[in-house]
Parts: sequence; C-alpha cells; structure tokens
Amino acid sequence: MTLSHSTDSECADESGAAIGLSRRSFLRTAAAAGGGLMLSLELPFAGHAAAADTDGFVPNAFIRIGTDGQIVLTMPYVEMGQGTYTSIPMLIAEELEVDLSQVRLEHAPPDEKRYGNPLLGGLQATGNSNAVRASWRPLRQAGATARTMLVAAAAQRWNVDPATCRAQNGEVLHPPTGQRAAYGEFAAVAAKMPTPDNVALKRPNEFKLIGKPVKRLDTPAKVNGTAVYGIDVRVPGMKIATLAQSPVFGGRVKTVNDTTAKAVNGVRQIVRLDDAVAVVADHMGAAKKGLAALLIEWDDGPHAKLNSKDIVDELERATLNPGVVAETIGDVSSAMAKAVTRVEATYQLPFLAHATMEPMNCTVHVRNDSCEIWVGTQALARAQAAAAKVAGLPLDKVVVHNHLIGGGFGRRLDVDGVARAVQIAQQVEGPVKVVWTREEDIQHDMYRPHWFDRFSAGLDDKGKPVAWNHRFGGSSVIARWAPPFFKNGLDSDTTEGAIDLVYDLPSKQVDYVRIEPPGIPTAFWRSVGPSHNVFVVESFMDELAAAAKQDPVAYRLALLDKSPRAKAVLALAAEKAGWGQPLPERVGRGVSLQFVFASFLAQVAEVEVSKDGSVRVRRVVCAVDCGTAVNPDTIQAQIQSAIIFGITAALHGQITLKDGRVEQSNFHDYQMLRINEAPAIEVHIVQSSEPPGGMGECGTSAIVPAVGNAIFAATGKRLRKMPIDATVLKQSI
Amino acid sequence: MVFTIKVNGNTHNVDVDDDTPLLWVLRDVLGMTGTKFGCGIALCGACTVHVDGVATRSCITPIGSVGASQITTIEAIGTTSVGGKIQRAWLEREVVQCGYCQSGQIMSAAALLASNPHPTDSDIDNAMSGNICRCGTYPRIRDAIKLAARS
Repeated sequence: MTLSHSTDSECADESGAAIGLSRRSFLRTAAAAGGGLMLSLELPFAGHAAAADTDGFVPNAFIRIGTDGQIVLTMPYVEMGQGTYTSIPMLIAEELEVDLSQVRLEHAPPDEKRYGNPLLGGLQATGNSNAVRASWRPLRQAGATARTMLVAAAAQRWNVDPATCRAQNGEVLHPPTGQRAAYGEFAAVAAKMPTPDNVALKRPNEFKLIGKPVKRLDTPAKVNGTAVYGIDVRVPGMKIATLAQSPVFGGRVKTVNDTTAKAVNGVRQIVRLDDAVAVVADHMGAAKKGLAALLIEWDDGPHAKLNSKDIVDELERATLNPGVVAETIGDVSSAMAKAVTRVEATYQLPFLAHATMEPMNCTVHVRNDSCEIWVGTQALARAQAAAAKVAGLPLDKVVVHNHLIGGGFGRRLDVDGVARAVQIAQQVEGPVKVVWTREEDIQHDMYRPHWFDRFSAGLDDKGKPVAWNHRFGGSSVIARWAPPFFKNGLDSDTTEGAIDLVYDLPSKQVDYVRIEPPGIPTAFWRSVGPSHNVFVVESFMDELAAAAKQDPVAYRLALLDKSPRAKAVLALAAEKAGWGQPLPERVGRGVSLQFVFASFLAQVAEVEVSKDGSVRVRRVVCAVDCGTAVNPDTIQAQIQSAIIFGITAALHGQITLKDGRVEQSNFHDYQMLRINEAPAIEVHIVQSSEPPGGMGECGTSAIVPAVGNAIFAATGKRLRKMPIDATVLKQSI
Repeated sequence: MVFTIKVNGNTHNVDVDDDTPLLWVLRDVLGMTGTKFGCGIALCGACTVHVDGVATRSCITPIGSVGASQITTIEAIGTTSVGGKIQRAWLEREVVQCGYCQSGQIMSAAALLASNPHPTDSDIDNAMSGNICRCGTYPRIRDAIKLAARS
C-alpha cells in the first residue's frame, strides 16, 4: 500500500554527517520500569493526537536498555518472512555500538493511536514495503542518543571527560585508564541524565552492520518446528472448527441438515450463521469429516449468475468513457495529432488469490464481558477493532495476541477472518480455533483486482514517443480499506507505477475509471498498484520499441536522461544479462524497468517457449538501486522471492467466476511455481548512500512484463493478457 | 478407536476414527504443531513427515494405516545426522522467509539425502517438487541441499 509518501524534511539530508537532532519533536528518555534506560520515540505521522501526553508528545516506538544490557525494541511491525525483525534491530545496533544479538524486537500491542505506521497514514499495519524506510533515520538517531548518554554516565562515574571514552560492542571504554564496563552498568544512571541536544550519526563509510549481509534473527525456530504461527496456537480447552461459507459471494444459508455430521466421532457442535456453517470438533480431522457430511442448501442471492465475462465486459465498456485524470503532462491531443505513427493496445490482468501457505485461521475465546484473540495479522489494531465490533465490546475488552505469519502478501492486512471467527466463537463455550480449509481459503479470499487497460501512443519520425495515453479500469482497494485516502476519485496505490514514470515523455495523460466488481471483495496483493501498472506500462513500452523497430533496452535508455538512477540499473541489468548476445530458437530476452516503493529496479528475463506453447523462465537478472542496502542478503532473498511470486502469477495465476462461484479451489487448479520450474536468479545491488527504498514487493511487479517481453522476443507474439496462454503461443510458433 | 503409534521414539495412544489423517493426530491430538497444514490433499508438502524414513504426506495418511511404523517429525529430525546437517545448511544459506513450509521442505530434503547422499539437480527437482514454497525460497533450498551433501 502507499497511503502517503514520506516528505518529512528531516529525511532529506542523508549525507550521514552530524545531523542535528530535533529531539524535542520525536525523542525522550527516562528511567525504565524495572530499571534501566527507556527511550521513547515519536515517529512522525498525522492523526494521533488523542494519545498525546499533555504537551503533545506521542511516542510510538520504545527502546529499553536494561541493567542486564539487554536491549528491547517495541515497534508495531510484524515479521512475515521479509526480514524486518533483523533489519530494524540493525539500525539501532549500528549507532548504539552493540552486537546484534543484544537487540530484541518485540511486537507492540494493538493501539493505533500510538503505533500507527507513519507511511501508512497512521494505521497500525505492516505493508507497502516500508518498515525500514519509516525507521531508517529515527531509529539510528535513537541509537546514537542512547550511546551518547551511556558514555556520559560512564564518564561521570569514572570522573573523566566523556570525549576520552568510547563505545564499543556494548561496553564503554576509557582507553587512557583501561577502564571498561558493559552498558547495563550505566543504564540506570544514564536514565537520570539530560537528553543530549545534538548527536552525530555515522557516515556510511563508518557503518559496521548496515550494508553487510547479516543472519536473520527469526530463523532458528523456523527450522526445528518450534516457531508458533497463528494456526499453531493451543489454548487449554480449545476446540477446532472449520467452515463452509456461501459459495456465491452475498449468498445465504437456506437449510442445513446436520444429522450425519453430528454423528461423526469428535464433532461437538454445528454453528449456523446467516451466510456460513461451521463444524466444531475435538480436532480438525473430525471437523473436516463433519463438514463433508453436512447437507447445506444455499440461497445464492443476487450474484448467482455472475461470470468472469460479465466483469470483463463491464470493464471494457466502462473504459470507453473518460475516468478521473491522475496525471497530465503537456497536450496529448495535439501531440497525438502531429505524431507520425500511432500505436494502440488493450491489456487485461486477472483476479488473483494470495494463497499464503498458512491457510486463514483465528483462535477466539468470547467471554461475557471480554474477548481474546490469537492470530497472525499484518494489521493488529484493525483485528482488534473487527473483533470488538462483532462482539459488541469496547476496544479495551478485546485482547489480541499476534503471532508469526505464514505468508502475508497483503492477505493479512484484511481481518475478515477475525470477524468470521468471532461470529463462530460467540456460539461456542470456551476457546475455539477456526481453520479455513485450502478450498475455503482460495474461494473466499479477497482478490487482486481484475484490470482492463487502454493505451494509445504517438511516435515521431524517429520512433520516439511524443504522446502517451493510458486509461485503466478496476477496483480501488484503498476506497474500501482506508476511505479517507481515496480522494477525488483517486488513490496513490491504484496509480503507483502508472504515473510519475522514469521516462521523459513530453505529453502524457493517465486516467482511472473506478469499477467495483459486483460482490467480489478486492484487496492488496504483493506489489499492489505496480503489480498491474508496471506490467502494462512496460509491455506497452516494448510495443513502442517494436513499432519503432528499435532495441527495447536502447529505446528505453534514450528516454532516461532525466533519471540517472533508472538509467544505471537498466544498463547494469542489460550488461549482466548479456543483452544482445545470440540465443537459440524460441528463446528470448525481455526487459522491464520501474521506480516503485522508492526503489529502482530493472530485470531481464530469459524465457524458452516450447513447441507446445509452454513457457519456462530460464534465468532472471535483476539490478536494483534501493538506496542504502541495509541487509544485502535480505534484499537478495526478497528479490528472489518476489520474482518467483510474479512468475507464479504470469504462468499460472487466475481466479475466475462461474455462476457466482470461484472456480479454483486448491493447488491443482490454482498452481504455484515449484522448484523444478524456478529460474536461476542473479541480483546485482547498486552501491548507494541514499535513504533505503522498499524491497518486499518490487521484484514481483517487474518480472511479469519482463517475461511477456521475452516471449515476444522469442516468438513474435505479444501477450496482452495474463496468465500466459500456452494455446495462443502454440498457434504462433 | 484407540491406536498406539510411535512418534519420535515415544509411544502414544490416541482415540480417533481410523480414517483420521495423521496430520491432525500430530497437531491437534498430540499438540506437535511443527508439522503444517497446507492443502489437505498432498499437493503442497507442508505436512511431510517420515514414516519408517520415507517422506510421507501426513494429510492423506490415515492413522489406521500407520501400524507399528516409526514416525519422525520436524521436532526430532535434528537428532538424525542427515536432519541436523540439513537444518544447519538451512541456517547457513539463510533459506527461510515466512518459514511456514520449511518443516515440510526440511523433511523432504532429509529423506532425499538419507537415500541419496549426493543428489544431482535433477534428483533435487524430483524429491522437492512436491513441496511448495510461496515465498519462493527454491534457489536457496537447492543451494542448502548441496551444502548439506558436502558437509
């Protein structure tokens, strides 16, 4: 998601040298409860005044340095495999001069007023590839402040000049006298000292941790079965439930015959809701067996006859009319009129499910006057609010325990599953863990929107684009998820990757037609707006190069004089990929370039198309400039991950509807890329001291057009619709 | 009915229907949650355990078919020589992301190395293509298996 790009002026100067702290605005120090030094940070964001102290200070991140030297950081981010629980502590450890193993990151409790994410408009959520981006400067400043105070406390005790002391590896040293002691010794004294006004941050060439590959802190428990995900929660007296929801969105339960289900050994209870039925049992085996034995008659409701074609037809029709203008540069009409060549194309992208490996689940204990939730969520405060609403309780009567997430990808930014589990738990005595079957998980996901795009461009006599017209239709997730951020018919998620392109285009217009599919809930899906826009923009740019009879890389490079970082990653990716070198028959290279989530990325995909039309991605070369690379190994891992996520979508991904029902149900018809299909992936990171860009998602949006463009290079066939259709390719070979 | 099963060297009596999948006996009856639920129909490999050393999808293995076989799960695979090597290689190569599928990946990889100490890329494809990783850790899984094989 992109709710607000940070324009905080404090972040502007990243030369790394001796930046004055505006500490009064965001940082305070005090004695920690139980001893030690507590730093409270206020990460800058709007809309949180209600939790302010009387003088307006609203801390939303806390660092406690205990008398035992242990450093505990409390922040609202969740670990879902992206490495945040390592990268964030690295920022503190770097400036505080401690070993990374001394820092522990704890998840903050739900409290949106306190822990709202500054880059998510103050909402308490982990998404938009922005945890490191939002923390980059404040956490290093906090680390430097704490280090300065600990040194001052040591100097006071030893009665020496602080300037003659230094901090190293969790200790303060006084080299002239040889005295040294661990931070824990001074934590209590430091807490009573004044907070220094100005502390210097390290220059990039002084970094010891940042920029070095660092081992992840969360992984050991994930290789021996001890890591506890939401689905692994065990509460005394807990029952297990599974459910069938109306197969048609908006449908209702008409009748239920549960005689056979109730007779299943281990089944305890059948819970009937308006639009779902749940079987409560001693274990999931019995619950599933009971579910299979239920005879449910559904009233399919208003969407009973809905098919995918209806949704596509509506998008196709609606995009014939102008939408809300998202970007205008120059005068497109007159530029188009003067153009020598005109190119037009329409594109489509399908609904996609998230298919996190951990199916949706939520454990709930509803009591008379309170409710307790155990779940893995990307949006803790939202989960709490959803539970409170369903249970009819005030927020402070709902306790949410967050857990490791077995795949987020945007799915766990929504809390429909929490609300559903509370509905069921309200009818169950004691705690109940509600577990979705894979079929329910896929058929009742909230989907990446279906998109329909219309492009036209005009080229001059040298083939250069002089006019660019892009209109697209589809759902706005933000309009549902965070309505205040949907303004005047637009939101920055929906348009990211379509506007503010890296290319120098003299005239350009982009407009958006918001069309919500009837009954189909849409949601964030890894790389969000760019997952759509980068595919269409980079495919169409390739079409323009082909129309101009020019090399796709050279064609793009000629449009990048005003964007040197973009130009550099494109040139690097092309060079490393061996762009231009001969390839066998039916093998092609395709390129893509983007600037999204504040990172520049270029990819070259090498793709082989078999005679039967099937496609294999053989190799992917990625060049990335994400500013300062905090943990290069995590960056490489995230790009590998995102590329495979994107290839899955390109080769296999689509959710279709027939008679109001999602047709796909499990991994046989909603396929995932497997190890035998995974390409060799090379990641080249550009050295930079710019502020960090986001890394969790951008690899996904870049790969799909690179694959499509490679197929064009291999076969001459332009695919304007995903997923790749082998039948179409077979005909073109 | 009551079944007596051997899991990680311990004997357990469980009272469930004979068609109850081993997965749910492990997770919900015995409380061993390291073995994961992914699809329920042997398409993703998240539930992989060893039955007498053979990588087996516990989500489609009825408890009634287990008999006196030795079941090994992720919780105990580290006590075997091959399992320990695989776990160390997984950490050394920083394979894991969300980690949810990794129990199953490690169990499949351990079974592969136990029967084939020096697998080729094609052997790795054959043994591991039943295990889905949504985080796309495949390049590192391949590297880590090769590292474990060398160690």
